[in-house]
Amino acid sequence: MSERQLRARVTQEVAEVIATRRVGAYQHLTLVAPGVAELARPGQFVALAVGGETSGTLLRRSFSIHKVSPSGTYGGTVEIVVSAVGTGTRWIVDRAPHDTIDVVGPLGKAFPLPTDPVACVLVGGGYGSAPLFWLAAELRERGCHVEMVLGAASEDRLFGVVEARRSCDGVTVTTDDGSAGQRGWVSDPLPEIIERTKAGVVYGCGPMGMLESITRVAQAHDAVAQVAVEESMACGVGVCMTCVMPVVGSDGRTRMVRSCVEGPVFRGDRVRWDAFDGGHARVPDDAVGAPKVGGH
Amino acid sequence: MVDLSVDLGGGHRLPNPLMTASGCAANGRELHRFFDVADLGAFVTKSVMADPRSGRGTPRMAETPSGMLNSIGLQGPGIEAFVDEDLPWLQSVGARVLPSIAGSSSTEYAHVAATLRASRAFDAVIGVEVNISCPNVANRGLVFACDPLASAKVIALVREQLPRDIPVFAKLSPDVTDITAIAAACVKAGADGLTMINTLLGMVIDTDRMRPQLGGVTGGLSGPGIRPVAVRAIWQVRQAMFEGRIPTVPIIGVGGVRTGRDALELVAAGASAIQVGTAVFNDPSAPVRVLRELCELLDAKGFERFTDAVAVAHGR
Repeated sequence: MSERQLRARVTQEVAEVIATRRVGAYQHLTLVAPGVAELARPGQFVALAVGGETSGTLLRRSFSIHKVSPSGTYGGTVEIVVSAVGTGTRWIVDRAPHDTIDVVGPLGKAFPLPTDPVACVLVGGGYGSAPLFWLAAELRERGCHVEMVLGAASEDRLFGVVEARRSCDGVTVTTDDGSAGQRGWVSDPLPEIIERTKAGVVYGCGPMGMLESITRVAQAHDAVAQVAVEESMACGVGVCMTCVMPVVGSDGRTRMVRSCVEGPVFRGDRVRWDAFDGGHARVPDDAVGAPKVGGH
Repeated sequence: MVDLSVDLGGGHRLPNPLMTASGCAANGRELHRFFDVADLGAFVTKSVMADPRSGRGTPRMAETPSGMLNSIGLQGPGIEAFVDEDLPWLQSVGARVLPSIAGSSSTEYAHVAATLRASRAFDAVIGVEVNISCPNVANRGLVFACDPLASAKVIALVREQLPRDIPVFAKLSPDVTDITAIAAACVKAGADGLTMINTLLGMVIDTDRMRPQLGGVTGGLSGPGIRPVAVRAIWQVRQAMFEGRIPTVPIIGVGGVRTGRDALELVAAGASAIQVGTAVFNDPSAPVRVLRELCELLDAKGFERFTDAVAVAHGR
């Protein structure tokens, strides 16, 4: 690959918000970002600056790409789904049409697609489902049978149920409180769906605990899990080293890898789930360069 | 057009004074997607130690007003992988490199410097920055940079390992009672220049969970919020040089630079070069943008040469 091509794979652009609407507990934004729209693949993400050039909130916020339209009426657009949980995300959801946001993307590795038309199950927790509809469309174009499981704490925290029914061969909804679909977790109906469809791949996006259980269920039913993680990132482009997590490499050794460049999509069975605990990821003792007793 | 070139020692004339800051730019490939790293005066790499290091667990980061706290724990591939892979890559794209080296003992620093010198890509190196803000295992983890004797020992050992035309820069911590005392000890031990400042030690408590927010408990504070500390430290050390208390050597200014105006502030206080660190997380092309803005500002103020602006605020 030439130097020019390598550089062309990511872009930074000042994007105009052309649409923003409330969807349940979330905000769905459409941004004019032709450079990103041209290059992006399902599973990749964008990193948004918060509050303009003189903002005291320096760190970018990362969002998986929900949809791209490379040749829309306004030029290429990128859509994201935002949950306002802090200062930065509140600023983003407060943007009105015609406001601008500095966008860097597309970032990270996309979901790998199967070469054969195997059945796939796509599992989304909350607004983690955002990138899955685009993925579903690509998989069905390849002849894959695609089923989706959408889960959330309650009905207002589900994202994309209608779109799922349009874009998939089957949809199952779960909520913790039973306000929509069946009461329970996404992992409850998953074994039956994998068995019935003879799924070869389970794709997942959502909180860590959910991704771990998806991985466990997939393994137990001889399917490969491909999970997109939601780690907090400062830069999104691979320079800050804050979004690391312990992952086993092809040589069998565990390393603290950056989820922004080596992820956000990982094979579920490569992630060291044993190292995660309540928002912390510790360095496993057998990781490359792990602190020795008395060191660090 | 303003003459931006600068000589920081060893006869390596840099085309401009802008650099990345260690630990804020990885080792080049990531930012090269946004701008040509050879356009910088120098590329400063992430501090490298003798062996591969995993760094700390997470969370490693907390956002603060106009800044952030980080606790990475010097994650890195080790010096062997650095000289086999990272340095040759930087050389291949034409970058001038200021590698940052670290250690947990003075002999580790010396070993890292010696391995660097033996590298086949050493031609790309225009100087070595010594990150002395590391815990000294031999002194119950007290960071070298807080102890003039320990700092001097590291600098002297590193200086011995490198050719004379490779200037050695000591990167100082602002978390000391008198930064001019540490600066004097480093210069006396052979440092050809100083980089100021490293992060300040800070801490954030997560009030939802009522526990320290960082996995490593404490972390380094950086970003525009610490810029006045950098300006003060550079000013004090430069003043001590004017007064003859420290031999005059170049200072590389770093700390909270986000715009050309910020850079000019550090320059006017006494910095002969500027590193852009945390601002890169906000804007990946910040180093080249700051260079452009600095150039425009110098031009608007009537400076013909960048070097004429260095330390200009003293005596005014």
